[in-house]
Amino acid sequence: MNWLALASIVSAAMAVSFGAIGPALGEGRAVAAAMDAIARQPESASTISRTLFVGLAMIETMAIYCLVIALLLLFANPLLKLTP
Amino acid sequence: MNSPLTSVTLFHVGPVPITLPVVVTWAIMALLVGGGHLLTRRLSLVPSRTQAAFELIVDTVDGQIRDTMRVEPGPYRAFIGTLFAFIFVANWSSLVPGVEPPTAHLETDAALALLVFVAVIWFGIRAVGIRGYLATFAFPSPIMIPLNFLESLTRTFSLLVRLFGNVMSGVFVIGIVLSLAGLLVPIPLMALDLLTGAVQAYIFAILAMVFIAGVVSEGRPEPSPSPAANPRTLP
Repeated sequence: MNWLALASIVSAAMAVSFGAIGPALGEGRAVAAAMDAIARQPESASTISRTLFVGLAMIETMAIYCLVIALLLLFANPLLKLTP
Repeated sequence: MNSPLTSVTLFHVGPVPITLPVVVTWAIMALLVGGGHLLTRRLSLVPSRTQAAFELIVDTVDGQIRDTMRVEPGPYRAFIGTLFAFIFVANWSSLVPGVEPPTAHLETDAALALLVFVAVIWFGIRAVGIRGYLATFAFPSPIMIPLNFLESLTRTFSLLVRLFGNVMSGVFVIGIVLSLAGLLVPIPLMALDLLTGAVQAYIFAILAMVFIAGVVSEGRPEPSPSPAANPRTLP
């Protein structure tokens, strides 16, 4: 195994692990804020939860991007084709 | 383990290789079109029980469009409803043994995102005209033209990657757990996957609505812009 493959594996793991931290914190904050809003105004719970779902999907996308990058590195790495 | 970025070729029609996602996509299309045709063949003013149940679905889609886009749902119902129904059925098609959801492959999601990209232009031109549509690129000020142009491309890309990533990661994780642990262990994960699939179908439809509404409502002079209804705040 050459060093490029090794570096790809390590950086794929790093991309997912570090890329999950930010979205996790963000989702936690978003859910906490939505809970707060629903507790204050239970009558607008449906609007809040719809917006929350869309927002969570937006935040989650950042982690998904990292996952896609990791999978690209593992399965479709363009750099590995350069080295014989 | 198979790469999630490639798909298995089942058979060839002439020189064209036919892969599993294509077969599943056509099966879902046949199911939806055939089911829709059968259900709407005998519509009556006093609905039967089946008709009432499906009217409830149409009504829910209408309500969502009205809430999100703040316009009458008429012109958008068919597109949004079909998007939601297709993605929902596609995500849940993993319930059938041996079937992988076609949305877990990049090509299907790319086609769906491209449809949304074209639909934004189509509905925008139809609602506000070509000049009005082009004017939406200079919405807050003409300085924003490059950014707005870039946004219309990147948001399509993120729509594609979001659906692909969510569905594919579900399939992938189930494959990994199955190869590590055994037969019945991934069942809770599959249940979670069904929830994710439903939510992603909903979100895809909502985002398509938000993108279309951004063009349709921006091109039109609005008498009282309410900050709650401004779809530009989404990336």
